[in-house]
Amino acid sequence: MRPGIALTWLACALLVAGCAMPPSDAEIRAKAAATMKSSFKDAGQAKLDRLDQDETQRVCSQYAGKALPPDVAKRVEQLNLATIKYPADGKLVGDWKNGEKIAQEGRGKQFSDDPAGPVGANCYACHQLAPQELSYGTIGPTLYQFGKLRGYTDETRRYAWGKVYNADAFAACSNMPRFGHSGILTEAQLRDVVALLMDPASPVNQ
Amino acid sequence: MISIRRRAVARAGALALVAVVSVAWGQGSTVDEIAKYRQALQDGNPAELWEARGEDMWKQPRGPRKVSFERCDLGLGPGVVKGAYAELPRYFADADRVMDLETRLVYCMVTQQGYSDADARKSPFGNGNERKSDIEALVAYVTSQSRGVKMNVSLDHPRMKEMYALGENMFYFRGGTHDFACATCHGEDNKRIRLQDLPNLTTREGAQKAYTTWPAYRVSQGELRTFQWRLYDCFRQQRFPELVFTSDASIALTTFLARNANGAAFDAPAIKR
Repeated sequence: MRPGIALTWLACALLVAGCAMPPSDAEIRAKAAATMKSSFKDAGQAKLDRLDQDETQRVCSQYAGKALPPDVAKRVEQLNLATIKYPADGKLVGDWKNGEKIAQEGRGKQFSDDPAGPVGANCYACHQLAPQELSYGTIGPTLYQFGKLRGYTDETRRYAWGKVYNADAFAACSNMPRFGHSGILTEAQLRDVVALLMDPASPVNQ
Repeated sequence: MISIRRRAVARAGALALVAVVSVAWGQGSTVDEIAKYRQALQDGNPAELWEARGEDMWKQPRGPRKVSFERCDLGLGPGVVKGAYAELPRYFADADRVMDLETRLVYCMVTQQGYSDADARKSPFGNGNERKSDIEALVAYVTSQSRGVKMNVSLDHPRMKEMYALGENMFYFRGGTHDFACATCHGEDNKRIRLQDLPNLTTREGAQKAYTTWPAYRVSQGELRTFQWRLYDCFRQQRFPELVFTSDASIALTTFLARNANGAAFDAPAIKR
């Protein structure tokens, strides 16, 4: 709290009067969250509980697009790193052809989507991947030659899995959904997306 | 009126043809082609159909009490339409609420024309086919009467100031299965989803360009879409639940974006892909 505001609060408290002063950031945040909740309704598979923010969503919203202080960023990353589950059988790489389909699929989890699926990752909305696909977005970095440039190592495969599973573990408040952690993709789908990035035969690595 | 309609229908046909041609044109110059296509349609936009229907609706007696909107005060006095949209949202003392255009139209339908609240808001958006929305037509007419007027949303009233602060906060609110906020897609310059350019709504220039070009006739949907629809459909894609028509969150976000567009000449109903 800034000293000026603290003093004004003190003056108000002493006067025990309803001082008309601008609400604090915390008050606005609380009111905004409550107003959000009262301004939406359940629709299809998208229920109101989707507005209940977890710790990561709350902190990331609070910094409003500005750089996080290093200690906050570290805390968010650690919190998310702890959520990453690697497959029990240790198999990180599936079928890149299916991975390509998942990367192209934009449906999934919208109230207008069939809850029975399909659910995609819509990677091309934000990333360049296979060079044959020219309709790609630029919110995320290019992933063309992801495996070829980084090397087809266990370490890179584990990194790719972790990044798709929970991107906030590596970059706090990333724009990228936490596909594994948030239950968007199944374990089999995660494997196929990792294959798209890491299989030497994948078009991404040509 | 009839001539306007014929003209607009003829142009809607021409439009479909242009859309096919520009898709066939190929990848590299897509953005240029879309720009050319917008240019080609500049003096003829199917939105004129909605504007004409809305103008009729504005002037005709409607509702159980059979009164027109000509006593409806959009902020500049009863029945004054010219320039009204460029100053909305605003605080209305009679309703003790900050209202955007759609909210105010519903208010007039209920308090003056005698509609029930449920009837007034039952069809905010057309379905792309035979079911057209009266609200979309009214919005088309009213907004068309602010074309060329500079956006001038005042935050002098404390309730407007609060709405703006709430809207700014909501713009960064992350939620849902995908952690998306408005800012995820609209917080940086020169980004796109697939090939669709995204305005950076956190800058004055970005907000001005985006806000002054809604409502718009959406070629892909065959409907005129309002700003309430724009927010509703963004949230759908954010994987949020359904944004309630004329809810406080919708008004707060509209206030935030409209105010950020201040100083730019309003230029809608527009036409978009």
